[in-house]
Amino acid sequence: MNVPVEAFVILSMVLFTLGAMGVMLRKNAILVFMSVELMLNAANLALVAFAKQWNDIGGHTFVFFVMTVAAAEVAIGLALIVAIFRHKQSINIDDLHQMEG
Amino acid sequence: MFETPTLDTLIGYNLNVALPAIALALGTMILLLVDLFLPDERKHWTPILALAGLSASFVMTLFNLNPAETEAFGGMFVADGFTGFLNMVVLATAFLTVLLSTDYLRRTNTQHGEYYTLLLMSTTGTMFMIGANDLVVIFVALELLSIPLYVLAAFRVTDGTRQAWVLRSEESGIKYFILGAFSSAFFVYGAALLYGATGTTNLEGIFAAVQAIVAGSDASAKFLLLAGTALALVGLGFKVAVVPFHTWTPDVYEGAPTPVTAFMSVAAKIGGFASLMRLMVVGLSVLTLAQGLPAAWQQVVQVIAALTLILGNLVAVAQTSVKRLLAYSSIAHAGYLMMAVAAVGSEAFVPGVANAAAQGMLVYLLAYMFTNMGAFAVVTALEKDDGTGVNLDDFIGLYNTRPGLAVAMGIFALSLIGIPLTGGFMGKWLVFGATVQAGLIPLAVIGVLTSVISAFYYVRLIVNMFLLGDKDSGNAAVGGSLPVRATVYASLAGVLVVGIAVPLVTGLVNLVRLI
Repeated sequence: MNVPVEAFVILSMVLFTLGAMGVMLRKNAILVFMSVELMLNAANLALVAFAKQWNDIGGHTFVFFVMTVAAAEVAIGLALIVAIFRHKQSINIDDLHQMEG
Repeated sequence: MFETPTLDTLIGYNLNVALPAIALALGTMILLLVDLFLPDERKHWTPILALAGLSASFVMTLFNLNPAETEAFGGMFVADGFTGFLNMVVLATAFLTVLLSTDYLRRTNTQHGEYYTLLLMSTTGTMFMIGANDLVVIFVALELLSIPLYVLAAFRVTDGTRQAWVLRSEESGIKYFILGAFSSAFFVYGAALLYGATGTTNLEGIFAAVQAIVAGSDASAKFLLLAGTALALVGLGFKVAVVPFHTWTPDVYEGAPTPVTAFMSVAAKIGGFASLMRLMVVGLSVLTLAQGLPAAWQQVVQVIAALTLILGNLVAVAQTSVKRLLAYSSIAHAGYLMMAVAAVGSEAFVPGVANAAAQGMLVYLLAYMFTNMGAFAVVTALEKDDGTGVNLDDFIGLYNTRPGLAVAMGIFALSLIGIPLTGGFMGKWLVFGATVQAGLIPLAVIGVLTSVISAFYYVRLIVNMFLLGDKDSGNAAVGGSLPVRATVYASLAGVLVVGIAVPLVTGLVNLVRLI
């Protein structure tokens, strides 16, 4: 069975859109964060599909960099969320309104 | 592709070209280790070592300004005049930030060695971003620039209390983090689509492929190219804070510790605009819809620039906190820099405008660096330990109590408006010149008009400092320690030198060629 590259790219676009909507609509910081990860993984899927199409190793290596950076982001993001939770007992991003103007 | 690396292949990577950035990366790691083993009574050595590392990297940049061979890592990193100039600017930014931080961290009870390590990491990321000539390197460097900044923005958490300023700093960190990660995802997806259209991540390879695609009739490749450009523009637009991707900026700038705000208002903009310029000039300048038209993205960039100028300057008028005012002012300045990016789009029928715009951008960034670092240094001096004392009202009568700081702040305000004989004028003059040369007259007119609006809120600051208030009723400037004052006066000297010694500056940037 041979799935065309376009199918992967369209799937990745759907995933990316879902992720972007999640970031904008979700109120829970962890879920927002998961949506960002979904966007990054949509990009990974597109990269791998294109790398297959071009028969080029560059796209595959790019994916490894994206995964590594995503892991670093998880470490920082969860630390920040824990710090916020300790003070506020809440990770609802609507509660973050110390500064206005 | 996968031959065993030998000494010869390593030399073939031409690492010496990227030496300033590599040395700073090594220095950062050494600093992290050294700080771990320093006993508590010798912790004051950490910032001194950080300054030494930055100076060493600066000297290496000077020796590397015009290398015979400019490409390293097989064309992924370029060390031309553009890289050398901006490297020096960002190293100076980090140097001044360290000077601002020492006393501030001590009096706010957040003195930890990691602060300097994170600062140097972010500087390293900026340096790699400036030289990046490949989408992969741009992405990794962008993250190396941003991730330490998320932590630094939330750094007052380490104070250990639950005071209002700790909550503000935390909130600043998480907002910056969520928006930053969101924008990175846009950039990566844009890079993936550009890779899909062109089959390469190298900017020069993309340039060659774009020419072929524009001349050909492959509709799906054209679509991928346009969508990829748009998404990459959104991703970098968030980083440099242009409208409509600016919403995080005021909150993050206000909540972060003031020296960190100073650093990110300058370094993140330098990194973002350097990459944007390289991507647009080296990679996508020939992306046109038909022969003889300006680049397809020029219209969009023009609209973004105009919106940024108008919104940034108008909203700044209504601010009462000087930190927030400077945040909106930095949004407005991103608009002026965006004008230079828009000008590049006319390269197809105005040859040479891309280089003129790049040179204008370099001078603008240099002047902006000195002005902004100086202005934030004055704010640091005035800020009390609990984070108050930075409202416009707190500047009333500053001339009576601290005339030196007041005069310096006055000149920084004039430079932010763009009054002649200050650095800000030089930058605006060159950028507006490039915009007019590119034929974007309406945009240049908007730029001039919004500069006039900006005069309103900067002059209000000057009036507060010099004309209002009784004798001896001004702000005592508790944070005006020796390193902070040194930063203020060094920035002041920089602003005046860039503004007055015009031939020096233009001679320096005339060496810079992007194409």
